Amino acid sequence: MAEYQTFEHDVLIIGAGGAGLRAAVEASASGVKVGVITKSLLGKAHTVMAEGGVAAAMGNVDDRDNWHVHFSDTMRGGQYLNNPRMAELHAKEAPDRVRELEAWGAVFDRTPDGRILQRNFGGHKYPRLAHVGDRTGLEMIRTLQDHGIHQGIDVHMECTVVTLLKSGDRIAGAFCYERERGRYKLFRAKAIVLATGGIGRAFTITSNSWEYTGDGHSLAYHAGATLMDMEFVQFHPTGMIWPPSVRGLLVTEGVRGEGGILVNNQGKRFMFDDIPANYKNQTADTPEEGWRYTQGDKNSRRPPELLTRDHVARCIMREVREGRGSPHGGVFLDIAWIKEKLPNAAEHIKKKLPSMYHQFKQLGDIDITTERMEIGPTTHYMMGGVRVDGDTQMSDVPGLFAAGECGAGLHGANRLGGNSLSDLLVFGKRAGEYAAKFAKSNSAANIDMAQVDAAAKEALEPFARTGENPYQIQHDLQEMMQDKVGIVRLENEMEEALDGIMKLRERAKHVSVTGNREYNPGWHTALDLNNLLTVSEAVTRAALLRKESRGAHFRDDYPLKDEQFGTFNLIVRQGKNGEMNVTREALPPMADELKKIIEEMK
Amino acid sequence: MATATFKIWRGDRTAGHFTDYTADISDGMVVLDAIHAIQASQANDLAVRWNCKAGKCGSCSAEINGMPKLMCMTRLNTLPLDQPITVQPMKTFPLIKDLVTDVSWNFEVKKKIKKFKPRKPDAPDGTWRMDQSDVDRVQEFRKCIECFLCQDVCHVLRDHHMHAEFIGPRFLVYAAALEMHPLDTEDRLEDLRKTDGIGLCNITKCCTKVCPESITITDNAIIPLKERVVDRFFDPLGRLFRVFSK
Repeated sequence: MAEYQTFEHDVLIIGAGGAGLRAAVEASASGVKVGVITKSLLGKAHTVMAEGGVAAAMGNVDDRDNWHVHFSDTMRGGQYLNNPRMAELHAKEAPDRVRELEAWGAVFDRTPDGRILQRNFGGHKYPRLAHVGDRTGLEMIRTLQDHGIHQGIDVHMECTVVTLLKSGDRIAGAFCYERERGRYKLFRAKAIVLATGGIGRAFTITSNSWEYTGDGHSLAYHAGATLMDMEFVQFHPTGMIWPPSVRGLLVTEGVRGEGGILVNNQGKRFMFDDIPANYKNQTADTPEEGWRYTQGDKNSRRPPELLTRDHVARCIMREVREGRGSPHGGVFLDIAWIKEKLPNAAEHIKKKLPSMYHQFKQLGDIDITTERMEIGPTTHYMMGGVRVDGDTQMSDVPGLFAAGECGAGLHGANRLGGNSLSDLLVFGKRAGEYAAKFAKSNSAANIDMAQVDAAAKEALEPFARTGENPYQIQHDLQEMMQDKVGIVRLENEMEEALDGIMKLRERAKHVSVTGNREYNPGWHTALDLNNLLTVSEAVTRAALLRKESRGAHFRDDYPLKDEQFGTFNLIVRQGKNGEMNVTREALPPMADELKKIIEEMK
Repeated sequence: MATATFKIWRGDRTAGHFTDYTADISDGMVVLDAIHAIQASQANDLAVRWNCKAGKCGSCSAEINGMPKLMCMTRLNTLPLDQPITVQPMKTFPLIKDLVTDVSWNFEVKKKIKKFKPRKPDAPDGTWRMDQSDVDRVQEFRKCIECFLCQDVCHVLRDHHMHAEFIGPRFLVYAAALEMHPLDTEDRLEDLRKTDGIGLCNITKCCTKVCPESITITDNAIIPLKERVVDRFFDPLGRLFRVFSK
């Protein structure tokens, strides 16, 4: 038996984005010993990319807002596949979670009377997103990071989990490697919180960083937990598409919130052409009304550019498919036009959208205060994830919790912009709280050293082989998922993808790594492949079974929503022989009070 | 397709050298794209840090043709491509491997700065009121993405290695963000003078020049802090001195 550097924690958090840090802060405040493992350096997590804001019904800008409205907006946006209990808790608790950030030093933009300012966003009935220009995620992560470092949390940076360890049914720890020297680390923990984010790197065109390889999803699945809603991958409607090197980079929805419009190559504002029936009452009749809404007129309704992301992305694809797209295969997003309405428009745009101005100027040679942007859909967010209890965030594996993007339930078939940052605050806190409770009421579990040794041996095998380059396999997987399981899906293409995934799995078994163990990104890429392949398979299998179009999941062969498919979630579990099973599970029951709220808000 | 040559530092703590790589270049490419292309096809084990590739996370700091920059925000069309482009790690921090340096010192420094301590809430519901005009200044400092390029270029750290005596521009900006926060009640001036070594900064403004977030580090953060320190510790002494020397 080999010796490993070993650490003991009551609660181990995997991931140091918003959800992980919020969980760590909460757990450590309750007096347990907390460790955080992060794949990158502290403060670099993908949360920094979140631009638009954090949704919380504080009612600072429009006092008609309250948790009932936020709850029903979230359910409507998720096409009612959401876990209603989570949507309820989220809507109720988000305001307190935002205010507490202010107590920890966050500096949000202000209303004229000095309170936290809130902005409009797609699918939210009232201005609801607390924000800091267009760098809200950075503000959040820095606030949590700077607050957390004074709480005695142990942070293990640039450390990657190889496998979770169990003792019987319950979680016992995690086996990891640190990048700097490539050495193994063994973590014993009474409870573990997964906060690893999403799966965007399974696709070619993505707004996600290298870290988004579905680690938490895959680790949980292999540890016996259940995944849910894996067919729902959000393609954000506005990613940069030109020049090629920035393809996929996010253009915040805040551009549309500030009055930006979408036009095709004929200069036509096409979003007025197709407004879903359940949003008709909430959508502006004329461009003039839409403009007034973006400028805060409470008697106006939102412009169709601020419909939900799934719908806007599909409208863009329709324009492109029917030959009305921009030169590089997208459409145009125009904020410069507001100079017709505002005297100092250029300054206004720079103040409201500083990092967008900067991003286009520096990377695309485009001045968004005078020119239109070329944009198209980009892989952005994973609604699916580890199925958890709505109150505690614990998975089916005792002691294993999940929060943020790698958890499932809050968003259903489609997430509203701004609900991600609030998700990670509300459920990060809950996961930390309940993981700490679990740790206090359970003793440490035994580690099966044979399991550890086997994982250690397997992880090193790529060094001993002469086989394929891991980057090539990753690249081929991304291309295939983009082509065949992307924004528009078809039965036969997804069958081909499933077949392709099986072949890539075979190739991955022969992957080889050059160099040594020290800070070796090739090795890391090789180890990530299993996670990417697992989540890709889960997405494809679930997407095949959902023979309808709903939210982010669009089937060209079943283009309509089917009521019968609105009664269940698809869940993914590993079978006894290692096979992946996808089954239907009836939606959790909704409390009468919540049903009534939805009826009232219709 | 056009190509360019990249001289990339390869090595670890013990030894290293520049290695030449050739990469195809296309419209709009940034240095990080070229590094990734080389990594994927020619050098799988080339160590580089990156995350967002959008200038928001501050991970991919390096020295490109001798200038401290983010690789993800440095367009190839801003560099002379008829000569090799040199890419090397930040010099101020110990090398781990290739383009990756050990920046852990920065995380330790931050822990020593006294944390945010807000005044009592202004409203009965536990919230505060702040004017936008009062938070503008602090919001500039809070744009910092912690790329540590300012630390890399600061001669007090880079040439004089005074890491034990001086916290560097990044943490002077951090201290300024706390000191000028409208709600903060903590006092960090004594620390700034003694342990943080603010006096060691002699305002060459190199940090301001390399900041990818265009934070006016020297003028807006460091100089006002220096003034506060001087007002507190040196002015009254000067007055006392004058009293005794009469």
